[in-house]
Amino acid sequence: MSDPAPQRASEPDAERDAGLQPERTRLAWRRTTLTCTVAASLAARQTMRNGGTGGLVALAGILLIWLGFLALAHFRITTLSVARPRGLRWREALATVGCAVTLAACAMPLIMR
Amino acid sequence: MIDFVASLRLWFSPRRLREEGETPDYRFSLANERTFLAWVRTSMALVAGGFAVDQFLPDLRWGWRVGFAISLLAFGALCSLRAINHWVRCELAMRRGEDLPASRFPALLSIAVGLVAALITVALLAGWVG
Repeated sequence: MSDPAPQRASEPDAERDAGLQPERTRLAWRRTTLTCTVAASLAARQTMRNGGTGGLVALAGILLIWLGFLALAHFRITTLSVARPRGLRWREALATVGCAVTLAACAMPLIMR
Repeated sequence: MIDFVASLRLWFSPRRLREEGETPDYRFSLANERTFLAWVRTSMALVAGGFAVDQFLPDLRWGWRVGFAISLLAFGALCSLRAINHWVRCELAMRRGEDLPASRFPALLSIAVGLVAALITVALLAGWVG
């Protein structure tokens, strides 16, 4: 006694899932970009408080990190816009983590001043 | 321990990752990627918290303020390093068809964050009272 009904029912699910998974991952990248923007804004505010040439250099560095993350997220989002996107590559993951770690490293001298 | 050494080797030869086992269903890889991103967000939020403590709590004594800020920043950096390590371990486990790795890190991080929050509250209250 085989019942084909569940199999038929699962087909549209699979199609819907294929559309949703990249969508959700894209939104996760957007959220992460927003978080990076908040962290970078607070970092930029910190350099304003410190002032001086060192502050300007730090501000430029923070802007560079933020732009780098923006470019990375945009690149990953474009690779996600196909039917069967490939997984995250090692160097993309490393660059993502690199942005967070560099931001934390930049923060140390700004706060210790 | 062997897992740790294996994942550490992957850090220096990432090509190995694609040679291991079979490529899993892309939906699983994307789910792993989202988990990784959630940890990266946590890490960035901790870094932002470090800045916020330094900028918005000027009444705290210098030592306390810098101590709190630096510990939040250190947790942030640790969190993102752990994020990529866990991501690669999960990816590897899926490729080999093994169980996903268990981790104590979420429990440790929540205890640490709770502790820092409690200490900041105490420091602020003591500042207002004293």
